[in-house]
Formats: sequence, structure tokens, C-alpha cells
Amino acid sequence: MTSTDTTTAGKETSKPTPQMEGTTKEFYDFCQKKELRFQCCSNCKQWRHVPRLMCAECGSWEWQWLRSSGRGKVFTWTVVERPMHPDFVEDVPYAPVVIELEEGVRMVSWLSNCDPHEITRGMPVEVEFDAVSEQLTLPKFKRRNNPL
Amino acid sequence: MSALQNEACIVGIGQTPFLRGTDDDCSSSLRVELQACEAAIKDAGLSNKDIDGILPFYGLSIAEDLAVNLGVRDLAYQATSHVGGAGPGASVANAANAVVAGLANYVIIPGGWYGYSGRRVRQIVVQDVNAMSGGKTARDFYFPFGLTAPVQWFSFIARLHMMEFGTKPEHLGAVAVAQRKHAQLNPNALLRDKPLDMAGYLASPMISDPYRMFDCSLEADGGCAFVVTTKERARDLAQTPINILGIAQGQPFPADDILTREDPFHLGVTDAAPRAFGMAGIEAKDVDFAEIYDPFTFQVIQQLEEIGFCERGSGGDFVADGGIELGGKLPVNTHGGLLSEAHVLGMNHYIEAVQQLRGNAGERQVKDAEIGIVTGFGDFGDGAIAVLGR
Ligand SMILES: [Zn+2]
Repeated sequence: MTSTDTTTAGKETSKPTPQMEGTTKEFYDFCQKKELRFQCCSNCKQWRHVPRLMCAECGSWEWQWLRSSGRGKVFTWTVVERPMHPDFVEDVPYAPVVIELEEGVRMVSWLSNCDPHEITRGMPVEVEFDAVSEQLTLPKFKRRNNPL
Repeated sequence: MSALQNEACIVGIGQTPFLRGTDDDCSSSLRVELQACEAAIKDAGLSNKDIDGILPFYGLSIAEDLAVNLGVRDLAYQATSHVGGAGPGASVANAANAVVAGLANYVIIPGGWYGYSGRRVRQIVVQDVNAMSGGKTARDFYFPFGLTAPVQWFSFIARLHMMEFGTKPEHLGAVAVAQRKHAQLNPNALLRDKPLDMAGYLASPMISDPYRMFDCSLEADGGCAFVVTTKERARDLAQTPINILGIAQGQPFPADDILTREDPFHLGVTDAAPRAFGMAGIEAKDVDFAEIYDPFTFQVIQQLEEIGFCERGSGGDFVADGGIELGGKLPVNTHGGLLSEAHVLGMNHYIEAVQQLRGNAGERQVKDAEIGIVTGFGDFGDGAIAVLGR
């Protein structure tokens, strides 16, 4: 399910893309508008990621897409020194990270302005949006040099 | 007391040679699975036509493909659990259930693949994760960020443990070194002629930090199978039956997302182990050896902790200084495991446990082995654990 899209940089990419349907599409549609939003249960106010149809805490089917501050900390990471997927060969070494956002949710992302070998636990980060194609914008993160 | 406690047993085991490279047609796993089934049925002293239950491994050959080749004309029972490497354990539970309840008499559990010569696990793409439990989460929220392979997503958890508890690369290395020592005593092990010491482990290339090459399991071609029946039927068969004393499954929550769990170290086996030990009426200290599903080194340390062989956070010390080697506190993966025997989906862990309990493990025999455990670990931490005894 890879698509061949033209990036904003005009370069061909065939990196794997999410399947744009249901709540996944809703999440990425907000990213397209440069908004990082997560589901928050309308009943018990629990934030959640990845998107679900029901609240695992209270069983409610109602939610709102609330906007995140976009600020968080590095929770854990790996440094990929040897690529496994052919579409990421040129990116090595790169560091997929798990970010813990101020709202308490965690998400997998990518740290852009930091040498993978300099990442530390709890490093403060903030979201930035990478329009990888006309159809898809990924929420990535950059190191906050002057954390408030 | 559970209705399943000590009622079913493993009566036949079979395997193909384990290889890295074959002239077989690798487009389907059917050939190695059938060869393993044939050997297991023969080992039990049964004929193919006696088999009336088949529990296929998820994603491999389906029951119909196996039955039409083996000549199983009266297939009374079949089922598959979508739990990846926990599949063999899930099938043991299913098989025990089926034979004790009378749904089938002789159930076979196969599993095999061309994991080296066919397409490799490291090369999984989005189409493959669609088939996994938890695959949609990976497809939509991991893959776009370059997090595409098991070695990557499990390395996150290893790093977390290192930061939280001070677990060191040398602790991961102790698992790799111990299992390689065991492989050298196992004629079936792919790496039997390749000794490994700590310096060699630390010098192996970094794959996905903190995982080096020798933290990773060994992609291989091969198949295994085993036959389960009731204690009563086992009396008339060829081998000393190996009793299923306890069997249980578990899943972490949420099962489809390894990285957002409230407690990132909690595995399926965390919940399954007390259930299996309870059914068997034993405690961790009664276990003579453990065959632990080992996709990567840290997942061995993690399961040892979560099962309760040691406190959470102390697994590094538990595996150090020969603690999990033959002659140590708890011999682990006495065949070399997925790391040094071959990655045959954890099916080879059952074969080894049965060999140990039959007393047929040759140079690597655990002295006076009476109780052994086998774990399975699949997808993002699905778990299964069997307590076996003679
Ligand atoms: Zn709720």
C-alpha cells in the first residue's frame, strides 16, 4: 500500500503511507492543516492515541478532536543504523522516537533537527509538520532549545 | 482445579533439518510443514489417518492444505489463533481443550517456513502488517515514521529498560553468549560451529540501537510439528508421554500498540504465567529449565522478569555470570533458541522441551529435568506459556 507521490521538494518518494480512512484519515487531515489533534473522550475526558471508536476507560462512543499544545518529551527511541525497509535506506542513521505529549498521550514520530546519537531521555521537543506529499503531512518533532 | 490440568500430553515430535539455503520451492511453507507432520506422526507411533485435528499456524499453510496431502479424510477439528509467535502455545491450549472435551482424538500442531530462503521477517512491508494483529496501528502510525521492523519496535522497550533499571549491553550479551554455548551442544543448531564470547557480541554491528546483530534471531528454513492427545490414549503409543501440566495465554493492553502502554514492560505472559503455574500447581522455583521465545535478547530478560523468575529490573543480573546457562540457576533455551539454533517460530522450543523431558537431549541434557516451561511471544507482546512435565 505504498503510493508514489511527489514531495514538496519535487523528489519521488515511495515511503509507506497510512491508509487514509476512518479515524486515521481524520487524524492526518488535521495534520494537513498543521494541527496536532487527539481524540478526547466526551464523557470521561481521557485523551487517547491511537484513534479508537470507543473509550477504553468508560465505554463512551463520543469524542472530540482536541488540539494538543504540540509540546512534549522524548520517552524512548531507537537509532536505526541498518535499514530494514528499502524506502528508508537513504535516511540511515535515523531515529524513530516515542514522544510523550503534555496531554499525556504518546505517539511514534521522528526527530528532525537532532543528531540521532545526541537524543536523550526527556529531551523537550515540539511538533512541526512535514508535508511529504500533496496528500499527506506527517507530524514530526524538533528539539526545543529554549524550553519554557 | 482446572479440567485441563495434567489431562493432555505431547506424544510425538518431528522436525526437518534447519537450514539457511535450500533448493526447495520457497513460495509456500507447505513442504516443510508436511515433512515435520510426517515425522511427528511417525514418532508418536500413529499413521496419518489417525490425525483428526489440525491447528495451523496463523499465516502459514491452512488445515485443508495439510489434510489433503496427509490423507486426513475425517478432519473433526481445526482452529488458528492470530497471535504470531504465541501461536504454538495458543494451539497447545486449543489442542488440550479439544482432546479432553472429545472434539478430536489426535491433534497435530505444525509450523514451519522458508524464513531465510523465502521472504524474510526483516523485509516486512505494509501488506504484511495488515495481516498481523495490531497491524493497522503499525501501518498507519509506525511505518510512515520509518519504524517498520520488529528489531526496531522491540529495541524501544530494551532501551527503556536500560534507562529505567540500568540494564547494560553486557546483559543482553549474556543472553546471546549463553544460548550460543547451548547451540554448540546441539547437532541441529545452525550456529553449532560458531562460538561467541562477550567481545564478539559487543563487536557485532549495530542494527537498531541498542540491538546489535547478535541480539537478533536467526532467520532459517525449517519446520516442526507435534501431536497432542489424552493421557489415556497416550498409553498405547510409542513414546513416553510429556504431560501438559498447565497452559495459559495472555495479551498486553492495548495489544495493537506496543509504545503507548501505561506499563510498557507488561506482556501477555505477565498475566498468563500465574494462570499456567496455578493450573499446574507449581511455583517458578519448581521449574528445571525454560525455553523462552527469543526474537531478540532483551525479550528473554523481560519474560524471565514478567514470569517471576526474578524481580522486574533485576533480569540483567539474573542472566549474567552464567545464570541461564546449563548448570546455572535456570538453564534457558537449551537448544540455542531462535538466536542460535534457528528461528522456527518457537515451534523448536516445544521440540526441545519434549527432548529434555524425555531425557534425549544428549550433551545438553538438563540433569533430572522434570518440569520445563515453554513460552511464546507474538506480534506486540501476545503471550503463551506451557508447563510441561514427565
Ligand atoms: Zn471515556
